[in-house]
Amino acid sequence: MDMHGQLIALYTIMRKEVVRILRIWLQTIVPPVITMTLYFIIFGNLIGSRVGEMGGFEYMQFMAPGLIMMSVITNSYGNVVSSFFAAKFQGHLQEMLVAPVRSYVIILGHVAGGVIRGLLVGAVVTVVALFFTKLEIKNPFITISMLVLTATVFSLGGMINAIFARKFDDVSIIPSFVLGPLTYLGGVFYTTALLPDFWAKVSALNPILYMVNGFRYGMLGVSDINIVTAYVVVLAFVVLAFATCFYLISRGVGIRE
Amino acid sequence: MQALSIRKLTKVYASGMTALRGIDLDVAEGDFFALLGPNGAGKTTAIGIVTSLVNKTAGKVTVFGHDIDTDLAAAKSCIGVVPQEINLNQWDTVYNCVFNVAGYYGLPREKAKERTEVCLRELQLWDRRGEISRNLSGGMKRRLMIARALVHEPRLLILDEPTAGVDIEIRRSMWDFLRTINEQGTTIILTTHYLEEAENLCRHVGIIDGGRIVENDRMSTVLRSLNQEVFVLSLAESVPDRFQISGFNCITLNEHEIEVEIFGDQSLNQLFAALNDAGIQVSSMRNKSNRLEELFMRLVDRRDKELTEQVADPEVAV
Repeated sequence: MDMHGQLIALYTIMRKEVVRILRIWLQTIVPPVITMTLYFIIFGNLIGSRVGEMGGFEYMQFMAPGLIMMSVITNSYGNVVSSFFAAKFQGHLQEMLVAPVRSYVIILGHVAGGVIRGLLVGAVVTVVALFFTKLEIKNPFITISMLVLTATVFSLGGMINAIFARKFDDVSIIPSFVLGPLTYLGGVFYTTALLPDFWAKVSALNPILYMVNGFRYGMLGVSDINIVTAYVVVLAFVVLAFATCFYLISRGVGIRE
Repeated sequence: MQALSIRKLTKVYASGMTALRGIDLDVAEGDFFALLGPNGAGKTTAIGIVTSLVNKTAGKVTVFGHDIDTDLAAAKSCIGVVPQEINLNQWDTVYNCVFNVAGYYGLPREKAKERTEVCLRELQLWDRRGEISRNLSGGMKRRLMIARALVHEPRLLILDEPTAGVDIEIRRSMWDFLRTINEQGTTIILTTHYLEEAENLCRHVGIIDGGRIVENDRMSTVLRSLNQEVFVLSLAESVPDRFQISGFNCITLNEHEIEVEIFGDQSLNQLFAALNDAGIQVSSMRNKSNRLEELFMRLVDRRDKELTEQVADPEVAV
């Protein structure tokens, strides 16, 4: 199949993913919006008003980019892990495996689905945030690129999780025990300037810190991390995760006998 | 040209279980080929390797001359596959189940829409196109899987037990449909446990057992190799218990039915002549079991006997 055929296959996978997201919008769009609204009410309004300023901004303003990024991370990851695992579990992933679809097309199609859901939820959470605080975007390019790159990393992560998952429990282990803690400790709610030296150095090992701060820099113009360093780290993770996915899908790990 | 050519195909699973032991198989273009064997014989593994769902351990597979090691995409483009298990996207509509697959084969949108309609109409599913596949009956799901496999107009259609669990009426209509597409030029490989189905549809047969091809020939040749058949005769009048016909092995089933064994050197004419001489009128006659089934059971029995002998002889077993 030529490149035009591969592009048709890519579009088909993307369309299938978008149809799925919209078909089950009560599961894919609404719950994260409700969760984030509660964060804004409890941590932003009730507790945040007593915290005062952080990083030179009202606490609610400081926290908003972190919460948007948090919803993008969990939703892009969740979309690919559940969609890909369901396809594997029900067996209809075989439709793609027996067709002349290249491995990278299978990956890009599913990742595009994850990124679209991440951005969709991120956009709705941004609208919700506007009800609670004033938001300005200092640098649209950095803001958007950091969102897309982060959604890409976690969509790829979701795919790796789905490849190895053998039962539905395996789909929730990584989000619960790895993704959740890393996100909460990734500078969503605080600046690392508040941390003791040792814990600030430990935080530097957390990749989500670079993503949240890169995005916050795009929106507010402040960051605990140098923006170039943030880009380097995020891009490195994109390349690493894609290479891992490509290797696994090409070798048929978890999807072929 | 060979639609499928397999040489020394071997598969050893990670568990150490050997599923295929160096099989050779050719399926000619335009053929309707039955691949038969008992459960666990290696049929699904062989099909899995051809369709790239299973990685082979050794050997060579070519599909219409395309080697799956060096030209996998071209080989895949030639194949449509209907797997044994129902593996539809349960939440997708009937239409999308077929239309999406057209996209995976790179069909442009208009062509994909046209082919989806043609396939759904041919399989009598066009009226159900808006329904989610989960709501279809078992027979409809099987037909939908065939429609999905045909959407890109494959030259080789592989059907792994396509009529399992399907009622006789739908099974017969599926047979007619498969005959028609075979006549139109599609090569078909069929695995089935309904040996009557294979005997009715297929021109060539390969029997696989214990990971080896134990029979591979024209269906008519294979069936001729049966040197014994058993017929059940219904008689117009009652016969006494232990009734015998001279020159034939005969068992009385009840006063109106007898079972007669006929060997390769005997003919039905001889049997009817003997019955005529005895003044017995036959009202109907049927094979006790399907002929292919008979042959299949003998091959499997022979294998079981060989295995028993191997175990009894420790040197061979080692």
